[in-house]
Amino acid sequence: MGPRDLWEEALAGMLARPVRSALTTLGTVLGIGTLVITLGIAATAGNQIVGRFDALTATSVIVETPEDRVGWNDVAGLARLNGVESATALAQSEKSSNQSVTANAVIDPTRVSGQTLAVVAAGPDLPRTVKGRILSGRFYDGGHSARRDRVVVLGADAAQMLGITDVRHAPAVFIAGRAYTVLGILGGFQRETSLATAVLIPPALGPEFGLRSVTRVLISTRLGAAELIARQAPLMLDPRGGAGELRVIAPPSPTRAKDGVQEDVNGLFLILGLVSLVVGAVGIANVTLVTVMERINEIGLRRALGAGRRHIAYQFLTESGFIGLIGGIVGACLGIGVVVAVSAVKTWTPVLDLRLALVSPLAGALVGLLAGLYPALRAARMEPVEALR
Amino acid sequence: MGEPVIALDEVHRSFGPVMALASVSMRVEAGDYMAIVGPSGSGKSTLLNILGLLDRPTSGSYLLDGVETASLKDGDRTRLRGRRIGFVFQSFHLLAHRTVAENVMLAEVYGRRSRSGRRERAVQALRRVGMTHRTDFSPATLSGGERQRVAIARALMGEPSLLLCDEPTGNLDSRNTGAVLELFDSLRAEGLTILVITHEDEVSSRAARRVRIADGALVEE
Ligand SMILES: Nc1ncnc2c1ncn2[C@@H]1O[C@H](COP(=O)(O)OP(=O)(O)O)[C@@H](O)[C@H]1O
Ligand SMILES: [Mg+2]
Repeated sequence: MGPRDLWEEALAGMLARPVRSALTTLGTVLGIGTLVITLGIAATAGNQIVGRFDALTATSVIVETPEDRVGWNDVAGLARLNGVESATALAQSEKSSNQSVTANAVIDPTRVSGQTLAVVAAGPDLPRTVKGRILSGRFYDGGHSARRDRVVVLGADAAQMLGITDVRHAPAVFIAGRAYTVLGILGGFQRETSLATAVLIPPALGPEFGLRSVTRVLISTRLGAAELIARQAPLMLDPRGGAGELRVIAPPSPTRAKDGVQEDVNGLFLILGLVSLVVGAVGIANVTLVTVMERINEIGLRRALGAGRRHIAYQFLTESGFIGLIGGIVGACLGIGVVVAVSAVKTWTPVLDLRLALVSPLAGALVGLLAGLYPALRAARMEPVEALR
Repeated sequence: MGEPVIALDEVHRSFGPVMALASVSMRVEAGDYMAIVGPSGSGKSTLLNILGLLDRPTSGSYLLDGVETASLKDGDRTRLRGRRIGFVFQSFHLLAHRTVAENVMLAEVYGRRSRSGRRERAVQALRRVGMTHRTDFSPATLSGGERQRVAIARALMGEPSLLLCDEPTGNLDSRNTGAVLELFDSLRAEGLTILVITHEDEVSSRAARRVRIADGALVEE
């Protein structure tokens, strides 16, 4: 008996009872379908949550330092680290955060023209690090700081509160009664949005507001480098002291977030899928056994025509294996369809492991083969004399 | 004549305490047309099953075409059965969901013969029983006599040494019985060896040799 004969006999056997064969696949369809949906949704949802760690968060590392620990120049070394796009030191204190700022020297007692704003000393790299946009004028540079020029840059909201819209005529602001020239207005903050209401001063002017040392370092990293930089930055900034004294705020590791989600979803539903698969296998075993009993005469006839026991076993195994295979294929298609549909409704990007599409039919066929084992053995063990009676 | 097709020597078959066959010896030569008659429970089916290698004697020797079968392993008996014996059953045993041709071709599925020309050989067998006009019909559309002729065509596939028929006309009316008996006559004329088990005189009277079986023992008439 060649493979083609075996296949034709098995196919004819299945097509003789098409409705039953179709129904028999249902258990496997449900089992494989559930597994594909579980794995697909878990991967898709996991990816989704990873997706929410947008590039901005994922590339932001902040180091908080105790006073007198990190100098302004220590930050320069950070920028040279591989993976760092830019780094900026800030200094801010409770006192500097409540400064009375006015746009005019003449204090008009009938008008409230003063604002209480935060004064923040920041390195000249700030616009790049916060990915901000200069709305007017320019940002101060190292020269201003070195010369101790009395210049400031206003956050966009601070400028609006002070009624300053452009800096062409070099307006001044008065902080604690002293005049400073407004060099520019910085807006469009993508991180540290609170700086929009601040008055930014070069580091050299910090001491005028009691800001002697760096309190925070903002680091913008390349995508994927945040974890590494978060480990390296404290050592770089404070090689002598215990790095533990610097507090590092880094984005959560995206891989860990993904795993966490998958574990939650998978646990329960994988069990559910496996249970349906077992139920499917029992279903195939059951129906195949019934079929064997109904086909006793056919088995006897085949034996009379020269079929050996193994030929009988092969045929029933081929039938149950093929039914499992079809169940696996249909189950995988349904599962993939559900994952895509759920993703569409939730506007997620469906993430499907292509290997699932290959493994599912194989798993279905394996389930079918295992389920068909006992009925096939029963059929093969039958004595032809009994079977023909 | 050369070697006998069947040579049974002191064959016994018992089922526990029941002695279904007691010391049966018989010979069937090539070209014989022989009928075995006997009442129900006399051991006819038991004898036929042993002759068809579907069952083994408890003791005794059975040579089929000169081959001692008692000592053969299961697999060898199965192959010998497929090659040398054509079975005709009372209830036809046609597969309902296959065409007439497919039912006939089934006889070659378990053999060594290649698939090429199988359908032509099936049509050839159907020609011998006069059923070519129903080649692609379903057995369900055929009369009882036609079904039995298809079953005979299936038994003829592969040129067996022996046609073993268990009550071949048991499910047929007299007209269809006549047609099947005529077919046996013509097959015999072609030189086929036929052994028919029956309880009908109409059938046994057509055979060249009649053997009566009673309580598991043979009596030649
Ligand atoms: N498998 C079996 N187990 C027990 N007894 C059997 C079996 N097959 C046949 N017999 C007994 O052997 C005897 C002959 O049976 P059988 O050959 O079927 O007779 P027939 O075909 O002539 O009606 C009967 O008494 C029957 O009960
Ligand atoms: Mg009988």
